[in-house]
Amino acid sequence: MAEVSTREFVTASQAAVKDAQLRQALRRAGSGFDGTRREAIAEVSEEVWEGWREQARAIKEHTIGHLDYYLAMLERNVAAAGGQVHFAGDARQANAIVSEIARRAGAQTVTKSKSMVSEELGLNHVLEAQGIDVFETDLGEYIIQLAEETPSHLVAPALHKTRGQVAQLFAEQLGVPYSEDIEEMARVARVALRQKFLEADMGVSGANFLVAETGSLVIITNEGNGRLCTSAPRIHVGLAGMEKVIPSLQDLAVFLRLLPRSATGQRISSYVSMVTGPRRSDDEDGPEEFHLIIVDNGRSRLLRDPALRESLYCIRCGACLNVCPVYQRVGGHAYGWVYPGPIGSIVTPGLVGVAQAKDLPNASTLCGACRDACPVQINIPRMLLHLRHQQAESGDENTKTSSDSDALLARGFATVMSNPWLLRVGRTLGRLLSKPMVQNGKIRQTRLPFLSRWTRARDLPVPAPRTFHEVWRDELSKGGR
Amino acid sequence: MNQTPPIRASLFVTCIIDQLYPEVGVSVVRTLRRCGVEVDFPEAQTCCGQPLYNSGFTQEAKKLAARTLDALDDCEYVVVPSGSCGAMLRVFYEDLFADDPHMRERAESLRGRVYEFTEFLTDVLGVDGAPMEGLPADGELTPQTVTYHPSCHLLREMRVREGPTTLLSGTAGVELKPLPEAEQCCGFGGTFAIKYPHISEEMLADKLASIMESGADTVTACDMGCLMHIGGAIARQNLPVSVRHIAQILDGSEG
Repeated sequence: MAEVSTREFVTASQAAVKDAQLRQALRRAGSGFDGTRREAIAEVSEEVWEGWREQARAIKEHTIGHLDYYLAMLERNVAAAGGQVHFAGDARQANAIVSEIARRAGAQTVTKSKSMVSEELGLNHVLEAQGIDVFETDLGEYIIQLAEETPSHLVAPALHKTRGQVAQLFAEQLGVPYSEDIEEMARVARVALRQKFLEADMGVSGANFLVAETGSLVIITNEGNGRLCTSAPRIHVGLAGMEKVIPSLQDLAVFLRLLPRSATGQRISSYVSMVTGPRRSDDEDGPEEFHLIIVDNGRSRLLRDPALRESLYCIRCGACLNVCPVYQRVGGHAYGWVYPGPIGSIVTPGLVGVAQAKDLPNASTLCGACRDACPVQINIPRMLLHLRHQQAESGDENTKTSSDSDALLARGFATVMSNPWLLRVGRTLGRLLSKPMVQNGKIRQTRLPFLSRWTRARDLPVPAPRTFHEVWRDELSKGGR
Repeated sequence: MNQTPPIRASLFVTCIIDQLYPEVGVSVVRTLRRCGVEVDFPEAQTCCGQPLYNSGFTQEAKKLAARTLDALDDCEYVVVPSGSCGAMLRVFYEDLFADDPHMRERAESLRGRVYEFTEFLTDVLGVDGAPMEGLPADGELTPQTVTYHPSCHLLREMRVREGPTTLLSGTAGVELKPLPEAEQCCGFGGTFAIKYPHISEEMLADKLASIMESGADTVTACDMGCLMHIGGAIARQNLPVSVRHIAQILDGSEG
């Protein structure tokens, strides 16, 4: 499985907020994507958009609620089309299955179209260790593969890189003249990759949707690389999380409307590819074998928890990232694993364990922009609250990660706020103790823990001479003021 | 002319106003009274429990929520001068007591009676931005330019979007200036501001830049949490902007 460095969220995000180039890249991409998304919604009208969201959510609710049934249907129909479904419990199993397929076929060169699940599995390293050359063919993925980095956004993996950084990378790694011209850079990548498409023995793709009734794998791309990966090589291996299944082609329609609009603001992506089984006898081209690897890797844990189940409705459009004020400041890498941003803050603790990712559910102001942007109405803030609750009060030591001092503070606060006389005492004490720190009615500096983290950038008010309770009793209740 | 009995409303003032900004509570009461509302103040109230709920300490939050429900059970309308605490009462109490049918029922009964302060003015009293009877009229107040920061919970939990600016545009002496990127969070988020100050401060800096860009001499909002955060930085940087709760502007009280 891909390395998890989510424990370092605080230090990673501290470095990220100081990175001016990252900030510039995030700003441009975030407002760009979100702007076009809003335009696309306005074009169809809020009302129609809300109708689509409801419909999509209902489909996901139904399918995830009957996941075993639809996965079995999918398996039957993939087999009927001549393909083979493999179920992988975890990353190790999934990697072993793909490795074995590659070994049997004697694969030397693998081309890949974009797949977040393969990032999650760390598949590239496993295949490379087996002596296989792996080439990412999505332009963004290609860039980060050259840079030996990981994706920082669900839709735009190289979003953290500025144009100049990519030009530099191409010049260094591919030996081409430095050029910041986007068309020229795309041409360079196309030339480098075209040969690989022709050489590849095996193509690996992700899946945006799996259609149970037809056994089809659906991928949505803008570069056409997905189609080359799934049709040119002898073998096509599709990778998908088990939540990707939907019942029918009829159901697919609404997602084809929602996904491109939410991701990039496009009415439809340049390519929508549906792959159903390998080449048939009368087909002119297509792979000889089609394998579909359906990956659990912790998803059943999310499925079992009614409070977190809706995280499996996600269609990985990235809209929540583009509107998230935290993601927009820290970027994707600070989150420390494959899935960043608001949805990542649910999925990552769910898949790698809360103990490994305890900052993620807390590093949010609960502003709710993600929920409003989500095309399937996933209530991300509510799940963040649920994870915080697990951290604070779970009976399971693996999920309970809050410090004892947090618990003590919480109990203290509850006690004081439950006893008005204690509140009065606390308030008097607070006013007395804060006196030496007060300048012009405010606290400007303090060495006290917690409070100093507030006062490093903001003045802190001190308790007023009289509470509202007192003002009410003395004046307002008597008709005063 | 007024034959119907006056509307009665109970103020849930919020602990932050009670302890730190009582003058905001005074402006709320004065504005409601001027609109003919009979205001009472259930004195047993303290904190709604939101800081605990948002930190995951639901057992402790339940204690304060139960206390609040006790205080507000018999109220006809509950008016809250905060979108955040209002959302706690209206939206999150039901989640908090999801596994306790009796308490959940009490939370559900509260749900329909809770109004954020400006929401109460527009939706219950029907104030539509026209000058309010009893409020200071044009010419009586120093003209001021005001920009409005829509706080996140008010916007996305309580779904109050247009009302506050409608009210401000109808207030004597107020010239409303649009706030660039208004619906961006200010970075407060309760304990978020001290758990992740480095991220919070970045968000705050952008909010301050928007406020300065608006050209207004006053920034207002419906939440003292956000305003304590924004105002704390404005004071620290000596920016020439005054910070006031929307009730203080509607009330015409000097900030």
